[in-house]
Amino acid sequence: MKILVCISNVPDTTTRIAIGPDGKSISTAGIQWIINPWDELALTRALELKDVGRVTEVVVANVGPTLTEATLRKALATGADRALRVNTEPTDAWSVAINLAELIKNEAFDVILCGIESSDHNGSVVGGLLAGILDMNIISSVSGLDIEGDTLKVQREIAGGKELHETSAPVVLVVQKGIALAPRIPSMRGIMMARTKPLLTSDPVSSEPMTATAQLFMPKAKGACRMVDAENAGDLIRLLHEEAKVI
Amino acid sequence: MSILVYTENREGKFKKQSFELVSYAHALAQLAGREVIALSVGEVADDELKQLGEYGASRIIAIDYSGHLESRNFSKLIHHWVGALGPDIVLFADNNTGKSLAGGVAARLKAGVVSGVSGLPISMEPFILSKMVYTGKVNAQIQINTHHKVVLLAGNSFGVHTNPVTSIIEHHNIVAELASPSSELLSTEMQKGKILLSEAEVVVSGGRGMKGPENWGPIEELAGLLGAATACTRPVSDEGWRPHTEHVGQTGKVINPNIYFAFGISGAIQHVAGVSRSKVIVAVNKDPEAAIFSVADYGIVGDVNQALPQLIAAAKTLKDNA
Repeated sequence: MKILVCISNVPDTTTRIAIGPDGKSISTAGIQWIINPWDELALTRALELKDVGRVTEVVVANVGPTLTEATLRKALATGADRALRVNTEPTDAWSVAINLAELIKNEAFDVILCGIESSDHNGSVVGGLLAGILDMNIISSVSGLDIEGDTLKVQREIAGGKELHETSAPVVLVVQKGIALAPRIPSMRGIMMARTKPLLTSDPVSSEPMTATAQLFMPKAKGACRMVDAENAGDLIRLLHEEAKVI
Repeated sequence: MSILVYTENREGKFKKQSFELVSYAHALAQLAGREVIALSVGEVADDELKQLGEYGASRIIAIDYSGHLESRNFSKLIHHWVGALGPDIVLFADNNTGKSLAGGVAARLKAGVVSGVSGLPISMEPFILSKMVYTGKVNAQIQINTHHKVVLLAGNSFGVHTNPVTSIIEHHNIVAELASPSSELLSTEMQKGKILLSEAEVVVSGGRGMKGPENWGPIEELAGLLGAATACTRPVSDEGWRPHTEHVGQTGKVINPNIYFAFGISGAIQHVAGVSRSKVIVAVNKDPEAAIFSVADYGIVGDVNQALPQLIAAAKTLKDNA
């Protein structure tokens, strides 16, 4: 089986975010870019399945400008075989999905993995849009994946429980925590090898933005924390009941 | 024009989020001058369907179907009804189900879609919604440019409000053209009797400061008294002290309860990203410098093992006097 892992390039979680002069995007100065954490887990599981011979090739794809190549190289260093980049600054989730769909129309993949959301726009819709555009089946909130021959065993989280699905390829799987225990870290050898692995760039398909950021602003700073004496901790319950009225 | 709401049920009973979603649709309909139509799929009795009218749905489309529909076909089914009923706004709960369907519906409609929405639109023309981005660090106003608009409402963000209206229930079979299924649901395993983290109004959570899984008794006791769900931080689930389904934070669940209790939680940025939308945050930590106090509304500097019994006693008194 051949797996495509869709990779989003996002600011490191611990990065301080500042809003840019246009008020609609963030200031990219000084930002450390990383693989979106859920995509990193997806990649890890794909590589684990390749280790045990269930998968023949792991390809990573990103829709983004040249800047994102460092993130794709990291994915190659972690163990992906090839990388694809659609050379455009995506305007919204639709533009990401339509461009990923184009890659998949040009080359057949058995399994397409997307992280459940990206830690920048927190849209959590690219996987769904992609499956819709391609008219492929999708299983979302996936927390476990095994491959037995031509069949995929997929564990999916639902509110208050889990489901076990069996599916044939091709399929879009939107994955979350649990799909892999911890993200795989590139080895020194992997970093060396990544330099010579193929990273192909393609031109985008044109699309009208379906959504647009009208404005970004920083949330109001929180008021001071009201401290309750540890000797009188029970008083907190009274405050929550009488003052905050939340219990 | 109308607003179509997908109201999910489990074993014939609507979920709280479905009532919240209809309440939201009703408020939106008031702003936009639209009718609220609820779409239910599965075996749901008329008495249960009628309840949707209590929250503002004037038309209830019930698709009587007892099997499992894979997400692709489920999206096709909803898409079919959007075509038949002509709504311009389609609402889903922002949960595992909504996330698996909304994209497929939006793609087929060529509609703009916004998830994690926490309130009514700030403008109808253009249609602009508020949500948090950059994992809770930034507020965004997102405009949908397309005629059809697909919106996913964050759980417990609007509340359940009764707005009784006269409602008509229409039963239908599946008439949409579906694909032959490529997957099969083999089994479902549900936790019994637990309050769902995604729907909980009160959440009691513990971090590494709890020292070990054996110390979770008081957290569960307090949660029981307050009708709360229990949660934990990533290190706690990674250590296997608690199941990973309880992990709240950036890579776990993002929640927004009315009140979040953080016991022995330092307040790492990844954790705060998952809980910062809570209306009230209460922190108990022995380190007065812990980052959690900078996002908390109420705090106690002290040992969790000493604070918890006092809180439990006070919660018991409150419950007895209620």
